[in-house]
Amino acid sequence: MAKIFQRPAALTGKAFHYCPGCTHGIVHRIIAQCIDELGIREDTIGVCPVGCSVFAYEYFNCDMIEAAHGRAPAVATGVKRVLPDRVVFTYQGDGDLAAIGTAEVVHAAARGEKITTIFINNAVFGMTGGQMAPTTLVGQKTTTTPKGRDRETTGSPLRVAELLSTVEGAVYVARVSVHNPASVIRAKKAIKKAFEVQLQGLGFAIVEVLSTCPTNWGLSPVEALEWLEKNMVPIFPLGEFRKPAEWDKNGTGEGASC
Amino acid sequence: MARVLMKGNEAFGEGAIRAGCRYFFGYPITPQSELPHFLAKRLPEIGGVYLQAESEVSAINMVYGAAAAGARVMTSSSSPGISLMQEGISYIVGAQLPCVIINVMRGGPGLGNIAPAQGDYFQATKGGGHGDYKLIVLAPASVQEIITHMQLAFDLADKYRNPVMVVGDGILGQMMEPVDLEGTGGEMAEPSKPWATTGMRGRKERNIVNSLCIVPEENEKNNLQLAAKYGEIQRSEQRWEEYGLDDAEWVLVAFGTVARVAKGVVDKARKEGIAAGLIRPITLWPFPEKAFNKVIDQVKGFLTVEMSLGQMVEDVRLCVQGRQPVRFLGRPGGMVPSVREVYEELKKMAGVKTCG
Amino acid sequence: MLEEVLIAGFGGQGIMSTGQLLAYAGMQEQKHVAWIPSYGPEMRGGTANCGITLSDTPISSPLVTEPTCLLAMNQPSFEKYAPMVVPGGIIFYNSSLINTGGISVPYPIFAIPANAIAEELGNVRVACNVLLGAYLGYSKVIPVDAAVRALEKVLPPHRHKLIPVNQKALEKGAALGREYRKGGA
Ligand SMILES: Cc1ncc(C[n+]2csc(CCOP(=O)(O)OP(=O)(O)O)c2C)c(N)n1
Ligand code: SF4
Repeated sequence: MAKIFQRPAALTGKAFHYCPGCTHGIVHRIIAQCIDELGIREDTIGVCPVGCSVFAYEYFNCDMIEAAHGRAPAVATGVKRVLPDRVVFTYQGDGDLAAIGTAEVVHAAARGEKITTIFINNAVFGMTGGQMAPTTLVGQKTTTTPKGRDRETTGSPLRVAELLSTVEGAVYVARVSVHNPASVIRAKKAIKKAFEVQLQGLGFAIVEVLSTCPTNWGLSPVEALEWLEKNMVPIFPLGEFRKPAEWDKNGTGEGASC
Repeated sequence: MARVLMKGNEAFGEGAIRAGCRYFFGYPITPQSELPHFLAKRLPEIGGVYLQAESEVSAINMVYGAAAAGARVMTSSSSPGISLMQEGISYIVGAQLPCVIINVMRGGPGLGNIAPAQGDYFQATKGGGHGDYKLIVLAPASVQEIITHMQLAFDLADKYRNPVMVVGDGILGQMMEPVDLEGTGGEMAEPSKPWATTGMRGRKERNIVNSLCIVPEENEKNNLQLAAKYGEIQRSEQRWEEYGLDDAEWVLVAFGTVARVAKGVVDKARKEGIAAGLIRPITLWPFPEKAFNKVIDQVKGFLTVEMSLGQMVEDVRLCVQGRQPVRFLGRPGGMVPSVREVYEELKKMAGVKTCG
Repeated sequence: MLEEVLIAGFGGQGIMSTGQLLAYAGMQEQKHVAWIPSYGPEMRGGTANCGITLSDTPISSPLVTEPTCLLAMNQPSFEKYAPMVVPGGIIFYNSSLINTGGISVPYPIFAIPANAIAEELGNVRVACNVLLGAYLGYSKVIPVDAAVRALEKVLPPHRHKLIPVNQKALEKGAALGREYRKGGA
C-alpha cells in the first residue's frame, strides 16, 4: 500500500515545537521535500536564525549551523566561500531578516552570493512575544503597538521581496503563501526553484513566505489562515519578482506564476 | 639568509598565509589597512578568498561560517570595529570554533584617533563580549614576531577550538623591520576537523555548530567544560620574554610596542648603574604569572608601563599580591611614552636622585 | 654602533622612500634595522618624517625620539627637530630651502644644496637622496654602494628607470660628505 504521507528524508522526525496551527512546520516540510527531490541532502548545510525557528537544526536532517540574530546570510557566505560546491540555505523570520539583519541580507544579495534564503513573514516577532516587526501591517495590534501600528510614528510594512528585486545579484525573488493547499503547492515550486538557482550557480535566491502566527495574532489556526489571506496578501502581493535571465533564454524553469 | 624588509601589517598577512590561512573577511579601518590590501592581492593568487564585508558585524559572522566549514580563517580590524564584532566572537567561543582575530589598536574611547594605544586590553583579555569566556591573546613586539605569532595563533586556535586574538598598534603595523621567512610556515599538517559542517557526504551523524543551550543544567556543563579548557591553557600556554631579568632589582612590565620602549629604558638604566629588567608578556591571556613568581623574592618593585590609563597593571597586581610595590606609568589616547619619561619614573621608584 | 636617524620634510619630497633605502641598505650590510613613519600629530599639515635605527645589536626601542642624525629637508622640520638631536649628533640640511638663521648648536651641522643638485641632475625628487649620500659619505655608517645596491629593492619595478639618477644623487651627496669630513668640520 502506498504511503500517502511520508516523512521526507531531510527531516529528522523530531516533533516540531511550534504552536498549533503555526505554518513554520509546513514550510519546513516543503523545504525538506525539495531537498529530497533534488537529491542534495548530503551536500546541504542549513543556517538557522534566532526566532521561533531557532531549533530548526533539530529538524532538518543535514549539517546545520545556528547563527546569531540576523546574521545567517553572513554565516552562509562564510560557508559557501569555503565550500562552493555545497548547497547552503538560510531560514529566517521577519525580525531576523528584515529588522536586525537587513544589512546582511541586502549585501548577500548585492554580492550575488550563491545561497538560498527562505524568509518567513508572519508580520510579528513571534518568539519574543508578538512585538511589532518591520512587516507588521498598518493598524495591526501587537504587544508594542497596542493601539495598532501607526504609520505616522512607526511607518509602514517593509516589502522585502520588492526591495530585493531591485538588487542585481538577487536573481530569483518570489513571494508565496501557505494559507491553502494550492498556495502550498506554489510555495514548494518556488522554493525548489530557489535551490535550483543555487545549483546552477546563478546568484542569490530568496523566497518570502507569508506565514501565520496564531499565538501572537490572538486567532485560532483557521482564523489565522483567513486573516493572512484577507489582510496580508493585499499588502504583500504574491508572485515571482525576478527570475534568472538564463531561464528565459533556454526555456528552463517553468516560469509559471506562483 | 633570506631577510626581507616588511611592514608589520603586511607581516600579519604573510604570517597568516604561511600558517595555511586562505580566508579573510573584514571591513576597512585605519590603522590596519595595509593588511587587507596585502591579502586582497595575495589570497586570490593562491586560491584563497578575500571578501570585504558590509560591516564588522557581518565580517565576524562570515568568519563564524567559514570556521564552521572547517577552514583556517581570520579577520582584522581596529578598536571600534572590534567592539562591533564582540557579539560574533562570543558566538564563536560558544560554538567552540577556531579563528584568528587581529586588533591593531587605536586611541579611544569612541572614534578617538588612529594613533597607537593599548586601551583594549580589558576587552581582549577579560572576555569582551557577553558570557563567561576567554580569548587567547598574543602581543607581538616586532615584525619578525608577528610572522611567528600568526602560525602560533592558528595552531592554538585549532588546538583549543577557541578564537585567538593578536593585538598590535599603529606603530607595530606601520613599522618596517627585517624578517627571516626561512623555516616559517610551509608544510604543516592542519588538524582534521571531524566536527565541521561540510555536508554529510556519507557521514552517518549530522554535524551541528551551535551555541544555544537552553537547559541551564546543560549550559552549566558547557561552561564548566570551557573552564577546564581555560585551566589547561593557563597551565600550558603562558608565554613571556625576559630581558635583563636575572639580577634585576627593578622590573618593568610592558607589552607590544611599549615593551620596545621599555627595553630602551633597561639599556639606559643598566648603563647608569640601575639593575633594571623587563618582563614582556607575550600571551596577555593567559597572563604569565609564572614569570612574576619566579622573580618575586629577588626584586624590589615593578613598574608597569602601558599606552592606557592602567589595565594590565591590574593583572600585575593580582600576580604580585602585595608582595612588592607595583607602580604604573601610562599614556592614554594615542600617546607613546618615551624612553626618557619612563626612565625618570624608574629612577624615582628606585630612589635615585635626579640631577639638575 | 647605534645610529638613530630622523629624516623630515614635506610630503612628496621622497622622505619615506629615502628612509626605506637606508633601512634596506643597512639590512644588506648585516645591521639590525628598523624604519618607522611619523605618527600622531606630526602626520598632519603635509609634513612627513620617518625614523631609521641602525645597530650592531638587536634594537630595543625603534622609536627615534633622540636622533643621532637629522636629515632636514625643509624649514619647519629643521626648526622642530634640530633641538632634539643628541649631543655628539650631526645634522645635514637642505640649504636650498632652509635658512638656519645662524643658530649655534654643539654639534656639526652641514649645508647641502640638495634641491639645487637634484635639479642639476634633472629630477628634483631625488633631493632627499643627496642628503642621505652626504650623511653616508661623511659618517661611513654603511658604504654608499650599499645604498646604491638597495635602490633596485626599494624602487618598484616600474620606477627602475630612475635608478641611475638616484645613484648620481647618492654619489654627489657622498662626495660632499667626504669633503666635509676631510675639512675636519
Ligand atoms: C541581538 C539580539 N537582539 C534581540 C534578540 C531577541 N530576539 C530573539 S528572536 C527575536 C525576534 C524574532 O522574530 P522573527 O525573526 O520575526 O521570527 P519569529 O519568531 O516570528 O519566527 C528577537 C528580537 C536576540 N536574540 N539577539
Ligand atoms: S509564536 Fe507564532 S511564529 Fe512562533 S511558533 Fe508560535 S505561532 Fe509560530
